[in-house]
This record gives sequence, C-alpha cells and structure tokens, in this order.
Amino acid sequence: MITLNDYLLVSGLLFAIGLAGVVLRRNIIVIFMCLEMMLSAANLSLVAFSRFNTVSGLPDYNGQMMVFLIITVAAAEVAVGLAIIIALFRARRTVHVEDIDAMKH
Amino acid sequence: MPSVLFYLFSAIMLGFGILVVVLRNPVSSALSLAMSFLGLAALFVSLGAFFIGIIQVLVYAGAVMVLFLFIIMLLDIKEEQRRKLNLPAVIGGCFLVMIFTLQLASVLGDYQPGKRLMNAVPLDLPAAAATREAAGINTPTIDKDLAAGKLPDVKLIGETLFTKYNFHLQIIGVLLLVSTVGVIVISRREDKTAAVEPSTPVQP
Repeated sequence: MITLNDYLLVSGLLFAIGLAGVVLRRNIIVIFMCLEMMLSAANLSLVAFSRFNTVSGLPDYNGQMMVFLIITVAAAEVAVGLAIIIALFRARRTVHVEDIDAMKH
Repeated sequence: MPSVLFYLFSAIMLGFGILVVVLRNPVSSALSLAMSFLGLAALFVSLGAFFIGIIQVLVYAGAVMVLFLFIIMLLDIKEEQRRKLNLPAVIGGCFLVMIFTLQLASVLGDYQPGKRLMNAVPLDLPAAAATREAAGINTPTIDKDLAAGKLPDVKLIGETLFTKYNFHLQIIGVLLLVSTVGVIVISRREDKTAAVEPSTPVQP
C-alpha cells in the first residue's frame, strides 16, 4: 500500500527533474516549462498532506485551497512570462539564454 | 490494486518529465509535459482531490500547454542544433539534483508521520456530518452527499472558497485582471504603423 512518504518522494523527484531542466536547458521556453513542472510538484505534496491530515473525517481543505491559488497564479504567470518571451524574441530574434548576454559585457 | 495505479501514473509522470528535459525539439517537450500533467492529475484523483485533478487537466494540460504550443508555433522555433553542451552547467545541474535527492531521501527516511498508510487515515463521512451539524452549518446538498457516503469534494471546495477564502478569491480575481492588462501592454507592437495598417505586408 501507498504511504505519505511515497507521494512526497514522487513529488520531490518531479521537482528535481524540473530543477535539472532549468539548470541544463538553454532554450528559454523549455526552462519555463520546467518551472511549471516544479510548481506542480509542490502542488502534489500539498494535496498529499491535505489527504493524509484529515480534519474531522474530511481532507484538510486548506491545503487544497492553497493548490487552487497556486494553479491560478501559475496560469497568470505563464501568460505574462510568454508575453515577455515574445517581446524578447522580437528584440533579439533568439530564445537561447546563451545569446542573451548584454548584461555580461 | 490502487498501489499498481499509483506506480503506473507515477512512472508516466516522471518518465514524461524526464523526456521534457531530454528531448531537443520544444514541441516534443511541450507534449511530454502535457502527458506528465495528465499523470499528475491521476495522482490527484487517487488522493481524493477530484476538483484539483480536473483543474489540473483543464488549466495545465489544456490551457497552459496549448498556450505554450501556440507560442512555439508563433516564434517558429527550429529544432535545437547540436551545440556543444555547457559542461559546467551539466556537471553542476547533475550535482545539484543528486544532492537534492539524497537530502530528500534522508529527510523522508526519518519522517515518522509520513509512514502512515492511506488506510490508516480513512475519510469518516458520518463523523464529518456530525461535526458540521454540531457546528450549526446547514447545507442540505453537502449533508445529503455525506449521508449517502459520497465525498462532496467540489461542493466542499466551493464552500471553503466562498466563505473562509473569499478575500483571497477577490485578490486572485484582481491579479488575473492585472496580468491580462499587463500581457496586452507587454506584447503590443512597438511600431504603431504596423498595427494601424493591417493591409501592409509585413516584411519578414
């Protein structure tokens, strides 16, 4: 049977994969997707804690409200982030983070 | 049987998550991420969070991923040509992930409350109904579902959202409005002439 630790481990592994993507990939759109993956991993652990900490026989709905707010904020964040990427692409004609080094010199 | 499904959907989620990082074509990455989110939604459902699972499918796997694919199409990004890998980034990234995983494993190994089975914390719907009645909360539709032994997940989330978290809901509404306006401002064309005269062919 499945314990809370199993869910937390899976959530942590998803977070680690997202972290690896953010560090390794050079395409800014893929980096952004990996950020979304990390947010979702946090959601999974919140929902797991909500289910395993029952309040008078029901799941702790405070945790699920937190997940609801995170999903909403993440959707808004995706919209703004992709708009910034479009503006960046118009200005620089690239989505590679290595080519965007104006602040370096 | 539920444990088999847990391993199946965890494998789907993590496998496609790895594909997001490994595949070089952004379109493949986006579709893998959609599959990964579907596996995650199934895990939410396995935890009894039906509403969150549906939201995950509708908002993430549906809206957000379509937005990503739309932007990839709009920017017309070609498949990444094989650049030489940035060796310090690869080593640093793998090292970071390994440290994080080891830390997580050691923390979870010592976390005694996490060793409970899901059967050990069952949902007690009659007790919940009694608690609600004692608190003087009179909601016929929720009480009916609780008496019938069904978890009224969506109704309870709606109740919590519009009573306890009503203020937060208003804030979220304002946030969405601000981000909508912000996106329009950011992604507007700099040269006004192109927007005014749509018949003018845009130079590539």
